[in-house]
Amino acid sequence: MSGTTLDGAALAGWIRHAAGLVAADAERLTRLDAAIGDGDHGLNLDRGFTAAVAAIGALPEGAAPSKVLIAAGRAIVSKTGGASGPLYGTALRRAGRTLADEDEADATALGAALAAALEGVQELGQADEGDKTMVDALIPAVAAYEGALAGGADLASCARAAADAAARGADATIPLRARKGRASYLGARSAGHLDPGAASTALILRALADITVGEGGWSGSS
Amino acid sequence: MVGIVVISHSRTLADGVTEMARALGVGKAKVEPAGGDVDGGFGTSIDLVRHAVAAVDGGDGVVLLADLGSSVLTAKTFIEDTEGGAVLLADAPLVEGAVAAASMAAAGADLATVHAAAEAAREHRKT
Repeated sequence: MSGTTLDGAALAGWIRHAAGLVAADAERLTRLDAAIGDGDHGLNLDRGFTAAVAAIGALPEGAAPSKVLIAAGRAIVSKTGGASGPLYGTALRRAGRTLADEDEADATALGAALAAALEGVQELGQADEGDKTMVDALIPAVAAYEGALAGGADLASCARAAADAAARGADATIPLRARKGRASYLGARSAGHLDPGAASTALILRALADITVGEGGWSGSS
Repeated sequence: MVGIVVISHSRTLADGVTEMARALGVGKAKVEPAGGDVDGGFGTSIDLVRHAVAAVDGGDGVVLLADLGSSVLTAKTFIEDTEGGAVLLADAPLVEGAVAAASMAAAGADLATVHAAAEAAREHRKT
Protein backbone atom coordinates (compact mmCIF):
# COMPACT_ATOMS: atom_id res chain seq x y z
CA MET A 1 0.00 0.00 0.00
CA SER A 2 1.38 3.37 -0.95
CA GLY A 3 0.22 6.55 0.71
CA THR A 4 -2.23 7.34 -2.04
CA THR A 5 -3.56 3.96 -3.18
CA LEU A 6 -4.90 0.74 -1.70
CA ASP A 7 -3.99 -2.61 -3.22
CA GLY A 8 -5.64 -5.98 -2.62
CA ALA A 9 -3.52 -6.64 0.46
CA ALA A 10 -4.53 -3.32 1.99
CA LEU A 11 -8.20 -4.02 1.40
CA ALA A 12 -7.77 -7.47 2.87
CA GLY A 13 -6.27 -5.68 5.86
CA TRP A 14 -9.39 -3.52 6.00
CA ILE A 15 -11.66 -6.56 6.12
CA ARG A 16 -9.52 -8.15 8.85
CA HIS A 17 -9.42 -4.97 10.91
CA ALA A 18 -13.16 -4.46 10.46
CA ALA A 19 -13.68 -8.03 11.62
CA GLY A 20 -11.59 -7.26 14.68
CA LEU A 21 -13.53 -4.12 15.52
CA VAL A 22 -16.83 -5.94 15.05
CA ALA A 23 -15.71 -8.84 17.24
CA ALA A 24 -14.56 -6.45 19.95
CA ASP A 25 -17.82 -4.53 19.79
CA ALA A 26 -20.19 -7.43 19.17
CA GLU A 27 -21.73 -7.22 22.61
CA ARG A 28 -22.52 -3.51 22.29
CA LEU A 29 -23.97 -3.98 18.80
CA THR A 30 -26.14 -6.81 20.07
CA ARG A 31 -27.29 -4.67 22.98
CA LEU A 32 -28.28 -1.87 20.61
CA ASP A 33 -30.16 -4.41 18.57
CA ALA A 34 -31.85 -5.89 21.61
CA ALA A 35 -33.26 -2.46 22.41
CA ILE A 36 -35.12 -2.05 19.12
CA GLY A 37 -34.32 -5.06 16.94
CA ASP A 38 -34.22 -8.79 17.51
CA GLY A 39 -30.95 -8.79 19.39
CA ASP A 40 -28.60 -10.55 17.01
CA HIS A 41 -26.79 -7.85 15.07
CA GLY A 42 -23.42 -8.17 16.79
CA LEU A 43 -23.48 -11.96 16.67
CA ASN A 44 -24.53 -12.04 13.04
CA LEU A 45 -21.96 -9.52 11.90
CA ASP A 46 -19.19 -11.21 13.88
CA ARG A 47 -20.04 -14.49 12.18
CA GLY A 48 -20.21 -12.85 8.75
CA PHE A 49 -16.91 -11.01 9.06
CA THR A 50 -15.19 -14.09 10.43
CA ALA A 51 -16.33 -15.90 7.28
CA ALA A 52 -15.14 -12.96 5.18
CA VAL A 53 -11.68 -13.14 6.74
CA ALA A 54 -11.55 -16.87 5.98
CA ALA A 55 -12.68 -16.26 2.40
CA ILE A 56 -10.04 -13.64 1.68
CA GLY A 57 -7.44 -15.84 3.35
CA ALA A 58 -8.19 -18.46 0.73
CA LEU A 59 -7.45 -16.08 -2.15
CA PRO A 60 -4.14 -16.34 -4.00
CA GLU A 61 -1.31 -14.01 -3.04
CA GLY A 62 -1.61 -10.64 -4.71
CA ALA A 63 -5.33 -10.87 -5.39
CA ALA A 64 -6.73 -7.68 -6.89
CA PRO A 65 -8.82 -5.28 -4.80
CA SER A 66 -12.02 -6.24 -6.59
CA LYS A 67 -11.46 -9.94 -5.91
CA VAL A 68 -10.86 -9.26 -2.21
CA LEU A 69 -14.02 -7.21 -1.77
CA ILE A 70 -16.18 -9.55 -3.83
CA ALA A 71 -14.96 -12.61 -1.93
CA ALA A 72 -15.60 -10.86 1.38
CA GLY A 73 -19.03 -9.76 0.16
CA ARG A 74 -20.03 -13.24 -0.94
CA ALA A 75 -19.03 -14.72 2.40
CA ILE A 76 -20.96 -12.06 4.24
CA VAL A 77 -24.11 -12.67 2.18
CA SER A 78 -23.85 -16.37 2.82
CA LYS A 79 -22.88 -16.53 6.47
CA THR A 80 -24.14 -13.45 8.26
CA GLY A 81 -27.84 -13.98 8.65
CA GLY A 82 -30.34 -11.22 9.27
CA ALA A 83 -30.66 -8.21 7.05
CA SER A 84 -26.97 -7.37 7.48
CA GLY A 85 -25.81 -10.27 5.35
CA PRO A 86 -27.49 -9.23 2.11
CA LEU A 87 -26.93 -5.52 2.81
CA TYR A 88 -23.23 -5.53 3.74
CA GLY A 89 -22.54 -8.33 1.30
CA THR A 90 -24.11 -6.39 -1.55
CA ALA A 91 -22.27 -3.24 -0.47
CA LEU A 92 -18.89 -4.98 -0.67
CA ARG A 93 -19.68 -6.78 -3.91
CA ARG A 94 -20.81 -3.58 -5.62
CA ALA A 95 -17.73 -1.79 -4.32
CA GLY A 96 -15.57 -4.62 -5.61
CA ARG A 97 -17.19 -4.58 -9.04
CA THR A 98 -16.46 -0.88 -9.58
CA LEU A 99 -12.78 -1.56 -8.95
CA ALA A 100 -12.74 -3.88 -12.00
CA ASP A 101 -9.26 -5.27 -12.76
CA GLU A 102 -7.22 -2.49 -11.21
CA ASP A 103 -4.35 -3.54 -8.99
CA GLU A 104 -4.68 -0.45 -6.85
CA ALA A 105 -7.48 1.90 -5.92
CA ASP A 106 -6.66 5.59 -5.67
CA ALA A 107 -8.76 8.12 -3.78
CA THR A 108 -11.10 8.63 -6.70
CA ALA A 109 -11.61 4.91 -7.29
CA LEU A 110 -12.21 4.25 -3.60
CA GLY A 111 -14.78 7.04 -3.55
CA ALA A 112 -16.55 5.51 -6.52
CA ALA A 113 -16.50 2.14 -4.77
CA LEU A 114 -18.09 3.61 -1.62
CA ALA A 115 -20.74 5.35 -3.72
CA ALA A 116 -21.49 2.07 -5.49
CA ALA A 117 -21.75 0.35 -2.12
CA LEU A 118 -24.30 2.91 -0.99
CA GLU A 119 -26.25 2.56 -4.21
CA GLY A 120 -26.36 -1.21 -3.77
CA VAL A 121 -27.57 -0.91 -0.18
CA GLN A 122 -30.32 1.55 -1.10
CA GLU A 123 -31.42 -0.44 -4.11
CA LEU A 124 -31.70 -3.61 -2.06
CA GLY A 125 -33.11 -2.29 1.18
CA GLN A 126 -35.04 0.68 -0.23
CA ALA A 127 -34.16 2.80 2.78
CA ASP A 128 -33.87 6.57 2.58
CA GLU A 129 -32.00 8.93 4.84
CA GLY A 130 -34.01 9.36 8.04
CA ASP A 131 -35.41 5.82 8.11
CA LYS A 132 -33.07 4.96 11.00
CA THR A 133 -30.85 2.43 9.24
CA MET A 134 -27.24 1.94 8.16
CA VAL A 135 -28.03 4.33 5.33
CA ASP A 136 -28.10 7.17 7.86
CA ALA A 137 -24.41 6.59 8.43
CA LEU A 138 -23.48 5.68 4.87
CA ILE A 139 -25.05 8.64 3.05
CA PRO A 140 -23.18 11.29 5.08
CA ALA A 141 -20.03 9.18 4.87
CA VAL A 142 -20.07 9.07 1.08
CA ALA A 143 -20.94 12.78 0.90
CA ALA A 144 -18.08 13.66 3.26
CA TYR A 145 -15.65 11.51 1.28
CA GLU A 146 -16.67 13.15 -1.99
CA GLY A 147 -16.49 16.60 -0.43
CA ALA A 148 -13.00 15.96 0.88
CA LEU A 149 -11.91 14.54 -2.47
CA ALA A 150 -13.28 17.53 -4.35
CA GLY A 151 -11.35 19.75 -1.95
CA GLY A 152 -8.10 18.04 -2.91
CA ALA A 153 -7.70 15.85 0.17
CA ASP A 154 -5.62 12.66 -0.07
CA LEU A 155 -7.03 9.15 0.29
CA ALA A 156 -6.41 8.90 4.03
CA SER A 157 -8.07 12.25 4.70
CA CYS A 158 -11.06 11.33 2.58
CA ALA A 159 -11.42 8.04 4.43
CA ARG A 160 -11.17 9.81 7.77
CA ALA A 161 -13.81 12.33 6.71
CA ALA A 162 -16.08 9.44 5.75
CA ALA A 163 -15.51 7.66 9.08
CA ASP A 164 -16.15 10.81 11.10
CA ALA A 165 -19.33 11.57 9.14
CA ALA A 166 -20.53 7.98 9.59
CA ALA A 167 -20.05 8.24 13.35
CA ARG A 168 -21.99 11.49 13.44
CA GLY A 169 -24.68 9.97 11.22
CA ALA A 170 -24.99 7.00 13.54
CA ASP A 171 -25.42 9.30 16.56
CA ALA A 172 -28.02 11.24 14.62
CA THR A 173 -30.17 8.11 14.40
CA ILE A 174 -30.91 8.26 18.12
CA PRO A 175 -33.99 10.48 17.97
CA LEU A 176 -35.28 8.97 14.75
CA ARG A 177 -38.34 6.79 14.48
CA ALA A 178 -37.56 3.62 12.51
CA ARG A 179 -39.25 3.21 9.15
CA LYS A 180 -37.47 0.01 8.09
CA GLY A 181 -36.69 -3.32 9.63
CA ARG A 182 -37.98 -4.89 12.80
CA ALA A 183 -37.57 -1.61 14.69
CA SER A 184 -40.23 -0.11 12.44
CA TYR A 185 -42.80 -2.33 14.11
CA LEU A 186 -42.12 -0.44 17.34
CA GLY A 187 -43.14 2.90 15.91
CA ALA A 188 -42.41 5.78 18.25
CA ARG A 189 -40.80 3.40 20.78
CA SER A 190 -37.84 3.02 18.45
CA ALA A 191 -36.90 6.64 19.07
CA GLY A 192 -34.23 7.31 21.67
CA HIS A 193 -32.02 4.42 20.63
CA LEU A 194 -28.98 4.37 18.37
CA ASP A 195 -29.53 2.22 15.28
CA PRO A 196 -27.28 -0.87 15.36
CA GLY A 197 -26.82 -0.96 11.57
CA ALA A 198 -25.66 2.66 11.57
CA ALA A 199 -23.34 1.87 14.48
CA SER A 200 -21.74 -1.04 12.66
CA THR A 201 -21.36 1.01 9.46
CA ALA A 202 -19.49 3.64 11.45
CA LEU A 203 -17.25 0.91 12.87
CA ILE A 204 -16.47 -0.56 9.45
CA LEU A 205 -15.63 2.84 7.99
CA ARG A 206 -13.47 3.61 11.03
CA ALA A 207 -11.57 0.43 10.17
CA LEU A 208 -11.04 1.72 6.63
CA ALA A 209 -9.74 5.06 7.90
CA ASP A 210 -7.40 3.23 10.31
CA ILE A 211 -5.75 1.11 7.65
CA THR A 212 -5.20 4.08 5.34
CA VAL A 213 -2.84 5.48 7.97
CA GLY A 214 -1.28 2.13 8.72
CA GLU A 215 -3.21 1.40 11.89
CA GLY A 216 -5.36 -1.58 12.69
CA GLY A 217 -3.08 -4.57 12.25
CA TRP A 218 -5.47 -7.40 12.91
CA SER A 219 -3.31 -10.40 13.65
CA GLY A 220 -6.18 -12.85 13.82
CA SER A 221 -5.97 -13.29 17.57
CA SER A 222 -8.42 -11.66 19.96
CA MET B 1 -44.29 -26.14 -14.78
CA VAL B 2 -43.33 -22.99 -12.85
CA GLY B 3 -41.67 -23.81 -9.54
CA ILE B 4 -42.39 -22.12 -6.22
CA VAL B 5 -40.07 -21.55 -3.28
CA VAL B 6 -41.31 -20.50 0.15
CA ILE B 7 -38.76 -18.47 2.12
CA SER B 8 -39.24 -17.87 5.81
CA HIS B 9 -37.21 -17.13 8.92
CA SER B 10 -38.88 -20.20 10.41
CA ARG B 11 -38.22 -23.70 9.09
CA THR B 12 -41.57 -24.94 10.37
CA LEU B 13 -43.43 -22.00 8.86
CA ALA B 14 -41.84 -22.57 5.46
CA ASP B 15 -42.62 -26.28 5.70
CA GLY B 16 -46.23 -25.53 6.70
CA VAL B 17 -46.83 -23.02 3.94
CA THR B 18 -45.28 -25.46 1.48
CA GLU B 19 -47.63 -28.16 2.72
CA MET B 20 -50.60 -25.85 2.13
CA ALA B 21 -49.38 -24.77 -1.29
CA ARG B 22 -48.83 -28.37 -2.36
CA ALA B 23 -52.32 -29.27 -1.20
CA LEU B 24 -53.93 -26.38 -3.02
CA GLY B 25 -51.72 -27.09 -6.01
CA VAL B 26 -53.58 -30.41 -6.02
CA GLY B 27 -50.40 -32.40 -5.73
CA LYS B 28 -49.11 -31.17 -9.06
CA ALA B 29 -47.36 -27.90 -8.17
CA LYS B 30 -43.62 -28.02 -7.46
CA VAL B 31 -43.15 -26.24 -4.17
CA GLU B 32 -40.09 -26.31 -1.93
CA PRO B 33 -39.43 -24.67 1.44
CA ALA B 34 -36.35 -22.59 2.25
CA GLY B 35 -36.96 -21.84 5.88
CA GLY B 36 -34.57 -21.03 8.71
CA ASP B 37 -30.83 -20.92 8.49
CA VAL B 38 -28.51 -23.72 7.42
CA ASP B 39 -28.32 -25.05 10.99
CA GLY B 40 -32.08 -25.25 11.33
CA GLY B 41 -32.24 -22.16 13.48
CA PHE B 42 -34.25 -18.98 13.02
CA GLY B 43 -33.18 -16.83 10.09
CA THR B 44 -32.73 -16.97 6.33
CA SER B 45 -30.11 -18.55 4.15
CA ILE B 46 -29.28 -17.77 0.55
CA ASP B 47 -27.78 -21.24 0.28
CA LEU B 48 -31.09 -22.87 1.23
CA VAL B 49 -32.86 -20.65 -1.30
CA ARG B 50 -30.42 -21.70 -4.01
CA HIS B 51 -30.95 -25.35 -3.14
CA ALA B 52 -34.75 -25.04 -3.19
CA VAL B 53 -34.77 -23.16 -6.50
CA ALA B 54 -32.64 -25.86 -8.08
CA ALA B 55 -35.09 -28.47 -6.80
CA VAL B 56 -38.17 -26.86 -8.38
CA ASP B 57 -36.66 -25.36 -11.51
CA GLY B 58 -37.97 -27.37 -14.42
CA GLY B 59 -37.01 -24.75 -16.98
CA ASP B 60 -40.22 -22.72 -16.80
CA GLY B 61 -39.04 -20.31 -14.15
CA VAL B 62 -39.48 -20.00 -10.39
CA VAL B 63 -41.54 -17.69 -8.18
CA LEU B 64 -40.21 -16.85 -4.71
CA LEU B 65 -42.46 -16.07 -1.77
CA ALA B 66 -40.85 -14.46 1.29
CA ASP B 67 -42.24 -13.67 4.72
CA LEU B 68 -40.57 -10.34 5.59
CA GLY B 69 -37.36 -8.46 6.25
CA SER B 70 -34.22 -10.41 5.56
CA SER B 71 -36.16 -13.11 3.68
CA VAL B 72 -37.00 -10.45 1.13
CA LEU B 73 -33.43 -9.15 1.05
CA THR B 74 -32.07 -12.68 0.66
CA ALA B 75 -34.52 -13.35 -2.17
CA LYS B 76 -33.54 -10.14 -3.94
CA THR B 77 -29.84 -10.84 -3.48
CA PHE B 78 -30.31 -14.34 -4.89
CA ILE B 79 -32.17 -12.95 -7.91
CA GLU B 80 -29.40 -10.43 -8.56
CA ASP B 81 -27.05 -13.36 -8.98
CA THR B 82 -29.39 -15.17 -11.34
CA GLU B 83 -29.17 -14.58 -15.05
CA GLY B 84 -32.04 -14.56 -17.49
CA GLY B 85 -34.92 -13.28 -15.41
CA ALA B 86 -36.25 -16.75 -14.73
CA VAL B 87 -36.62 -16.24 -10.99
CA LEU B 88 -39.09 -13.65 -9.71
CA LEU B 89 -39.94 -12.47 -6.20
CA ALA B 90 -43.66 -11.98 -5.60
CA ASP B 91 -44.65 -8.94 -3.58
CA ALA B 92 -47.31 -10.94 -1.78
CA PRO B 93 -48.30 -12.23 1.64
CA LEU B 94 -46.57 -15.53 2.29
CA VAL B 95 -49.46 -17.94 2.68
CA GLU B 96 -51.92 -16.36 0.28
CA GLY B 97 -49.26 -15.74 -2.35
CA ALA B 98 -47.88 -19.28 -2.19
CA VAL B 99 -51.34 -20.79 -2.46
CA ALA B 100 -52.32 -18.57 -5.40
CA ALA B 101 -49.03 -19.31 -7.15
CA ALA B 102 -49.36 -23.05 -6.62
CA SER B 103 -52.92 -23.10 -7.94
CA MET B 104 -51.95 -21.20 -11.04
CA ALA B 105 -48.76 -23.18 -11.60
CA ALA B 106 -50.66 -26.45 -11.28
CA ALA B 107 -52.94 -25.22 -14.03
CA GLY B 108 -49.92 -24.93 -16.30
CA ALA B 109 -49.65 -21.14 -16.40
CA ASP B 110 -46.42 -19.43 -17.40
CA LEU B 111 -44.05 -17.55 -15.09
CA ALA B 112 -45.58 -14.10 -15.56
CA THR B 113 -49.07 -15.41 -14.92
CA VAL B 114 -48.10 -17.33 -11.80
CA HIS B 115 -46.20 -14.29 -10.52
CA ALA B 116 -49.20 -12.02 -11.17
CA ALA B 117 -51.52 -14.45 -9.39
CA ALA B 118 -49.27 -14.44 -6.33
CA GLU B 119 -49.20 -10.65 -6.22
CA ALA B 120 -52.95 -10.38 -6.74
CA ALA B 121 -53.35 -12.40 -3.53
CA ARG B 122 -52.51 -9.18 -1.68
CA GLU B 123 -56.05 -8.05 -2.41
CA HIS B 124 -57.85 -11.08 -1.01
CA ARG B 125 -60.02 -9.81 1.84
CA LYS B 126 -61.05 -11.91 4.83
CA THR B 127 -63.91 -9.85 6.18
